[in-house]
Amino acid sequence: MADSNISEAMKAAVGTETSRSTSYPISESDIRKWAMAVYWPDKAPDVFTDPAAAAKTVHGRLVAPEDFNPFAWASATDELLLKSALPESREHDPDGPELALGIAGPGLTYQLNGGIVCEYGVRMGAGDVIIGTNSVGEYNEREGRLGQMLFSRTIVTWVNQSDELVKRTTNTLIRY
Amino acid sequence: MTVKVGDELPTFTRETGFANWNRYAAVNDEFVPIHMDDAAGEAAGNGGAFGMGNLQWAYLHNMLRSWIGENGEILTIEVQFRSPNVKGQTVTAKGVVTAVDGDVISLDVWTEQQEGTKLAPGSAKVKMGK
Repeated sequence: MADSNISEAMKAAVGTETSRSTSYPISESDIRKWAMAVYWPDKAPDVFTDPAAAAKTVHGRLVAPEDFNPFAWASATDELLLKSALPESREHDPDGPELALGIAGPGLTYQLNGGIVCEYGVRMGAGDVIIGTNSVGEYNEREGRLGQMLFSRTIVTWVNQSDELVKRTTNTLIRY
Repeated sequence: MTVKVGDELPTFTRETGFANWNRYAAVNDEFVPIHMDDAAGEAAGNGGAFGMGNLQWAYLHNMLRSWIGENGEILTIEVQFRSPNVKGQTVTAKGVVTAVDGDVISLDVWTEQQEGTKLAPGSAKVKMGK
């Protein structure tokens, strides 16, 4: 195996809470557009588009698909819990996770979404405000079809305005 | 409905390409060159632009929701993104019951392309709606 891409600084960062964001209140329009995109070209289910139909379900209101992202375009507040912030211009930089931590990245060229593990709690619905917290998960690496692959993880925890767990997600990023 | 090990879920299928990916990018602000530009996707070793893993994730949720009903619950789900969803593929989300423990149903879930190659295999636990 080639030299490791996991530095001592990267190992030391595991467990660090990096950011906390608060969403804008989720709107019915946000939910409707998301559902239309993920069901396109078919019509999205009424529970995501029709408040009257949604009111007759166990949810009692328009709810969002579990995979809905209330932070996609903007957040009401973004609190960086570290000194170093990742410049928006480098948001998609493969070194982004480490730059946000104020440490050097592995300097790899490409990145891929390696996988998601998710535990769900209560549903998100119109009017909800979601508070999301990100922390640094484990690193490891192995040889893959595109050479030596670095696997890094981010733990994302979302709660709603009543402090109820919405979901806890582990995202794996593959870099090479 | 009585659920038993080996039951196959109704599938969720989409023809995939920029028409799907651009719509998803628009709601998730996911305008990443590898998903928008063939040259960027090719440079990344995938022969051209390829779809978002998050959209495969969404298709798996769509399949599960359709089966469990509006009052059902997805408790957990995990997938690995093993192979890229390239333009022109027909992607199908599938699932099969692997265990039933009270009202908790365990499943193997995955997306596959038209030749049966799995793109995003994983597992899930759900409760059926009442």
